[in-house]
Amino acid sequence: MTPYLLVGAGGVLGALSRFAVGAWLPGRRRDTLAVNVLGSFALGALTVGLADGSALLTALGTGFCGAFTTFSSFAVETVELHEDGATRVAVGNAAVHLVGALLAVALGGWTATAVAG
Amino acid sequence: MSEENVESPAANAVGGSEDASGSEAGRGSDGPSTPDRALERLEPALLVAVGGFAGAALRHAAAVALPGGFPWGTLAVNVAGSFALGVLLYEARLTGQLGARTRLVLGTGFLSSFTTYSTFAVQTAALAPPLAVANAAANYALGFAAVLVGHAAVRSVVAPEVAR
Repeated sequence: MTPYLLVGAGGVLGALSRFAVGAWLPGRRRDTLAVNVLGSFALGALTVGLADGSALLTALGTGFCGAFTTFSSFAVETVELHEDGATRVAVGNAAVHLVGALLAVALGGWTATAVAG
Repeated sequence: MSEENVESPAANAVGGSEDASGSEAGRGSDGPSTPDRALERLEPALLVAVGGFAGAALRHAAAVALPGGFPWGTLAVNVAGSFALGVLLYEARLTGQLGARTRLVLGTGFLSSFTTYSTFAVQTAALAPPLAVANAAANYALGFAAVLVGHAAVRSVVAPEVAR
């Protein structure tokens, strides 16, 4: 399979999973934060656990995790908070996303290392 | 949650003739369960799946096309996708001309899969500290600015209609 098919197939599952999380966790910002932190943890683990350039990393990492998480929804929601006058909440949302995702990446990598022994 | 009604196949062959206007209204009818209804329930997922495939594949194309070293590809898709989603959702909010299906296939499907937070986070973590700060600042500043520009673009186009 070409990388594009692998990424696309992973993207289908990632987008559907994000859609499902949105249905389970109503409230736009909460579900975006959940998928972005969860997806960052998974991609951190996959990046450490799988060989660079492997088909599995392409499908699960670039495809699934890349599509499961979203920057555009995060950006739109943060800007709309600011436009609605809740600028402090917007700044908090931006900061929590960045710190949460970076910590999740580190935790994912650490978990993969621990599991691999 | 996996109940599926697939009895009485082909009971009505003319389903779907009511959405000639392309609007999202007209879903309230409580007819009997038919394959048409089952398909109608699956439709949102299909729209998200189609958009998700295209969005992820195109993001990969951008990553391949742009030079390595610094994660230019992720920055490019995040900024472009933020602008487009800003336009799409803001237009839907102001005038509502873009229906629920368009929002699902383009917004939830395509643009949300085209842009990515996890790849941005992993790439940021892998960069040397000064470049990591630059990458985070660039994605945030340009991504937010793109949404604002998208909103301004929508306002300049539809404001005459909305403000009358």
